[in-house]
Amino acid sequence: MTASAVLEAERVAFRIGDRTILADVSLRLGAGEVVAVLGPNGAGKSTLVRLLLGLERPHAGAVRLRGTPLSDLSERERLDLVGLLQGSPMFAGSVADNVAYGLRLRGVAPAERARRVEAALDRMGVAGLGGRDVRSLSGGETQRVAIARATVLDPDVLLLDEPAAGLDVASRRRLLADLEAAVRRGGGATLLVTHDPQEAFALADRVCVLEGGAVSQEGAPADIVAEPASAFIAELTGAELVVDGVLVARRERLVEVEMGGGVRWLAVPAAHSAADWTPGRRVHVAYRPEDVALTQSGGGAPSTPRNRAQATVSSMAPLGGLVRVRLEGPVPLVALITREGATELDLAPGRQVSALLKAVAARAYMAPAERPS
Amino acid sequence: MLEALGRGLAYLLSGSADVLEIVLLSLRVSGTAVALGVLLGLPVGVAVGLGRFRGRRIAIAAIHTGFALPPVVVGLFIYIVLSRSGPLGGLGLLFTPTAMIIAQAVLAAPYVAGITLAAVQSVPESVRLQARALGASRMRALATHLREARLGIGAAVVAGFGAVISEVGAVMLVGGNVQGETRVMTTAIVLETRRGDIAAAVALGIVLLSIAFAVNIALTRLQQGPASVARSSRPGA
Repeated sequence: MTASAVLEAERVAFRIGDRTILADVSLRLGAGEVVAVLGPNGAGKSTLVRLLLGLERPHAGAVRLRGTPLSDLSERERLDLVGLLQGSPMFAGSVADNVAYGLRLRGVAPAERARRVEAALDRMGVAGLGGRDVRSLSGGETQRVAIARATVLDPDVLLLDEPAAGLDVASRRRLLADLEAAVRRGGGATLLVTHDPQEAFALADRVCVLEGGAVSQEGAPADIVAEPASAFIAELTGAELVVDGVLVARRERLVEVEMGGGVRWLAVPAAHSAADWTPGRRVHVAYRPEDVALTQSGGGAPSTPRNRAQATVSSMAPLGGLVRVRLEGPVPLVALITREGATELDLAPGRQVSALLKAVAARAYMAPAERPS
Repeated sequence: MLEALGRGLAYLLSGSADVLEIVLLSLRVSGTAVALGVLLGLPVGVAVGLGRFRGRRIAIAAIHTGFALPPVVVGLFIYIVLSRSGPLGGLGLLFTPTAMIIAQAVLAAPYVAGITLAAVQSVPESVRLQARALGASRMRALATHLREARLGIGAAVVAGFGAVISEVGAVMLVGGNVQGETRVMTTAIVLETRRGDIAAAVALGIVLLSIAFAVNIALTRLQQGPASVARSSRPGA
C-alpha cells in the first residue's frame, strides 16, 4: 500500500504555541488519485497543506514524497510537488507572467512556455486574459488564473487549498467543472482541501474528513454520505440538504411546514428547540438525500405519512454505485438513489417525477436568527 | 524676497562654472552615499522585516532611532574616527569627499533600512509561500517577495536621498567646505548667508530644491513607471 503512495503524511502533528493545530494526521495520496480533505474552518486544513508542501515542518511524524522525507528533497525533486495556497496571491505583473512563473523556474523555453500558458488559460476558461494586469481581474478570474498557474506545471502532486472559496454558487459550479477537467487531464495526484462537501464529493475519488486536528473519517464519497462516522460529519455531509419553510402547525409529534408553492410537509421537530414551535416561525427542514424516494410522476398514494413534491430532474451525477439527482420544483431537493433505480425510472434531466420523503426522515430546526437564546 | 530671487538667478547665470562644480559634487557625494546606504540598509531592512530572531524588536527600535540621528552628531563621530589621532586617521580621508560620502551613507542607511522594513512587512507572507509552492527556491521566493515590495523599497531610496542631499551638519564637519574640494550646495548656502550674500544663498537653495525635485521625478518614474503602463491595458470595463 505504502509503495504506491506518491505523497504520504504519517502521524503528523503541528502546534502553534500551546495550541494543537494537528494532533495526529495520516494521509496517503496514490499516483493519479484525487483525494479531498474536508473540514470546517479552523480544522487545520491550511496548516496541513503547508506541511504537505514542506513549507512548515511537523512537530511529530513525517511527510514523504515517494518515500523521501520532504526535508531531504533536493530543489529539483521539490518541483514535482506544487501547491495552490488559500487566497491564491498573485504576483505583480500580467496574467501570463503569473502563469509562466513556475515554468520559468523549471527552465521551460520561451516558445514552449507561451504555448503552455495559453493552453492552461484556455482550459480554465480565461483564454485571452494573458496580457491583463492581475490587479484588473475579478475574484473569479483571479481564482481561475491561480489554478492555471498551478495546473500548467502538470506536477506529479498538486495540492489545492480552497480553490473555489468565496465564489457565488453558479461561478463555483462552473469553476469546479473546469478544475476537474484540468486536474484529471494531467494524470498527476491531486489533493483538494475544502470546507465544502459538495466540492469534495463532486471531485474526489476519496474523501478524508478533518475534524479537530485529526482525520475522523476516510472513504469513498458515497460511503461517507451513507454512513457518517460522527454527528459532525452527518451535519457536514448534509449541510446543503436543507430547505427553508414556515411553520404552520404542530400535529402530535410532528410539525407541519409550508415549503413554498402550497406544498406542506410534516417533519420531526429537533429536540433542542422543541420549546416554542409557534406558527409563522421560519424553519429549516433537513433531510438525507438517500431518504428521498423517486417515483413516476403522479404515482399511487402512500400508506405511511410521507411528504410529496412534484419535481423536474435538473441534473444527475454518478457517485460510486449511486446517482445523485438534483430536482427542481416548489421544493428544491437532492436525491441519492441506486443506479438500478435511476435506470428503472428512466431518469434524465428534464423528466418529471414525484419525490417522496417519510415524515420521520425530515427534521425541522428553527432558523438560527429566531432560535430563543 | 523677489529681489533676492532675481539677483539669485543672475548669480546662477554669471558664476555658472563654480555653481556647476558645487552641484555636481553634491550629486556625486549624496548619490554615492545613498548607493552605499542601500547596500547597507536594504539587507538589514529585509532581514529585520522578515526574519524571526531574538532582539528583533530592539533592532527595529534602533533602526527607527536612526531616523532621528542628528547629521552633526554623525559628522562628529566620523570626524573623530578619521581625524589624525583617530583609529582611521592614517588614511588621510578627513576633509575629502570620501569622508562626506561615509558620513552621509551612515545617515542614509537607517532610512533605507527602516522604510524597506515596513515595505517588506506590508507584503503578505502568503506571497513568499505561494512562490515556494510553485517550486521557487528560498532565494527566488525572497526575490519575488522583494519585487512585490518594490514601491516601498523605491520610497526608501527616495527618502534616503532626500535626507542626505539636504543635510549640512555632517558634510560641514567632515568635509570642511573647502572651495573646489568639498564645497557642496548646503555648505555653500551656509557660507553665502554668513557672508551676507543672500542672493547667492537663495539661488543655491532654488538649485538644491530643483535638483531634489528632478531626482525624485526620475526615481518615481523608475519606481512606478512599468506598473502604470500595465494598468492601462485593461480593456474597457
